[in-house]
Amino acid sequence: MTVIYILWLREVKKYLRSRTQIIASMGSPIMYLGILGFGLGPVFQRAGQGSYLQFMAPGVIGMTVLFTSIFSGIALLWDRQFGFLKETLVAPVSRLSIMLGRTLGGATVAIIQGLLIFIVCLIAGFRPTSATAIPIAILFMMLIAIVFAALGTVIGSSLKDMQGFQLVMNFLVMPIFFLSGALYPLTNLPKVLALLTRLDPLTYGVDGVRSVLIGVTHFGPTVDLAVLIGVAILLLTVGAWRFSKIEI
Amino acid sequence: MFIAQAGTVTHSFSIATFIRKENGMIRVQNLSKKFGDLTAVDDISFEVKKGEIFAFLGPNGAGKTTTIKMLTTLLHPTSGTVELDGLDPTVARDEVRKRFGVVFQDPSLDQDLTAWENMEIHGVLYGVARKERHERAANLLKLFELWDRKDALVKTFSGGMRRRLEIARGLLHTPRVLFLDEPTLGLDPQSRNQMWTHVKSLNETDQVTVFLTTHYMDEADRVAQRIAIIDHGRIVAIGSSRELKEQTGTESLEDAFLKLTGTTIRDESASSADAMRQVARMWRR
Repeated sequence: MTVIYILWLREVKKYLRSRTQIIASMGSPIMYLGILGFGLGPVFQRAGQGSYLQFMAPGVIGMTVLFTSIFSGIALLWDRQFGFLKETLVAPVSRLSIMLGRTLGGATVAIIQGLLIFIVCLIAGFRPTSATAIPIAILFMMLIAIVFAALGTVIGSSLKDMQGFQLVMNFLVMPIFFLSGALYPLTNLPKVLALLTRLDPLTYGVDGVRSVLIGVTHFGPTVDLAVLIGVAILLLTVGAWRFSKIEI
Repeated sequence: MFIAQAGTVTHSFSIATFIRKENGMIRVQNLSKKFGDLTAVDDISFEVKKGEIFAFLGPNGAGKTTTIKMLTTLLHPTSGTVELDGLDPTVARDEVRKRFGVVFQDPSLDQDLTAWENMEIHGVLYGVARKERHERAANLLKLFELWDRKDALVKTFSGGMRRRLEIARGLLHTPRVLFLDEPTLGLDPQSRNQMWTHVKSLNETDQVTVFLTTHYMDEADRVAQRIAIIDHGRIVAIGSSRELKEQTGTESLEDAFLKLTGTTIRDESASSADAMRQVARMWRR
């Protein structure tokens, strides 16, 4: 337990210390929110869907959590050769506790980052329907964070070098974001796209956050919650297995 | 008569094994490691005595790092046995891990944490109790002349300071063996000199057994009591610097080394780690 705790603490400490990283990682969500949010707002309104900012704010929060958590996992790749990971791998502790400490630390950082963007959304004019829903929204954010921190661990443990990073970015991370329904409603989609969106775990995360914050949902919060918990358990298991196979 | 003789034989045999157990800190027998078709380490056997400084000297790709990885529980041998302080790393993994400290070829410090925090995490990982952890960390940081920088982030440290911190950290849990894999790579002569002075004095005062790899002859010559020259995964000679020179009839260790390993240049096939090392070098400048 102390091992998991100290490795978790390390991730959080490092995050709180890196002011530039905090600000830099807020760049793209703010851009999406400001440019897409206000740019597409009038069209969305004319299509009879209401305020686009209201609609996409949960999506942008989901996106922030996705990127932060998945990158914390992929950072493993670098850490393995030039970082602290080796020090932990040769210590008399189980790989599972190292993996859990790291992954939970990465997830915590992603939640903090998501909360910051949530505040930015509030400043931009986003209004959740009820304040009491916020803790449940945070629960959904936590699940998104754990799912993708675990996915990042799977990827980071499996890649051999940084070459693969671009591949993962373009063919996995970006599709996960674009297919999640963060930017558009999931109704009346072409069949193939509808199917793909259903395969994307982030879809359920964004839908969950949206359902509790603005009361708009596609699958219903119970389904969202069940899917996210299931995927989280699955990916943590695969992550632990891949992590135990790392050779340095 | 016959019975008495047999008794003596058994008796002397048990004394021999006892002495061997007492003195041998690392014992390697017929150790091999294959990666597919490539034999990185090919049937090597050697013994490192307690309190000894032992150097593994070899050209690039000779199998030095692979051997260290097997000794430090990071790789499973394809065949052969390893014993560290009488324990088998493949069986008593965690017990073995508590008994050694290691400094890898590539840095393994957390650069975004302070020197003290790096020590602290290490202590927790190795289950060193808080009071002892803090005392030892303070002593080691003082010994390695890093005490006044203990609260500075590691990324502000010079290469030599980082190496010293890694060694100090590796010693925090009072290991019996210290593994150093090319610890002076990329350091200036002053830092190298200072580092070895520290390692030697620790070896003398605390009786820490040191196992190091290097391809700097002068270092091996100066610090190590015994040297094994490894080439193409095999040990081609083993002994003190003087013995190696006598054996080859040469004046310097460098000549002895070249005589034993030949003068052809080894082109290590580039691995993904090498590619990353190159990028890392670019970023460090």
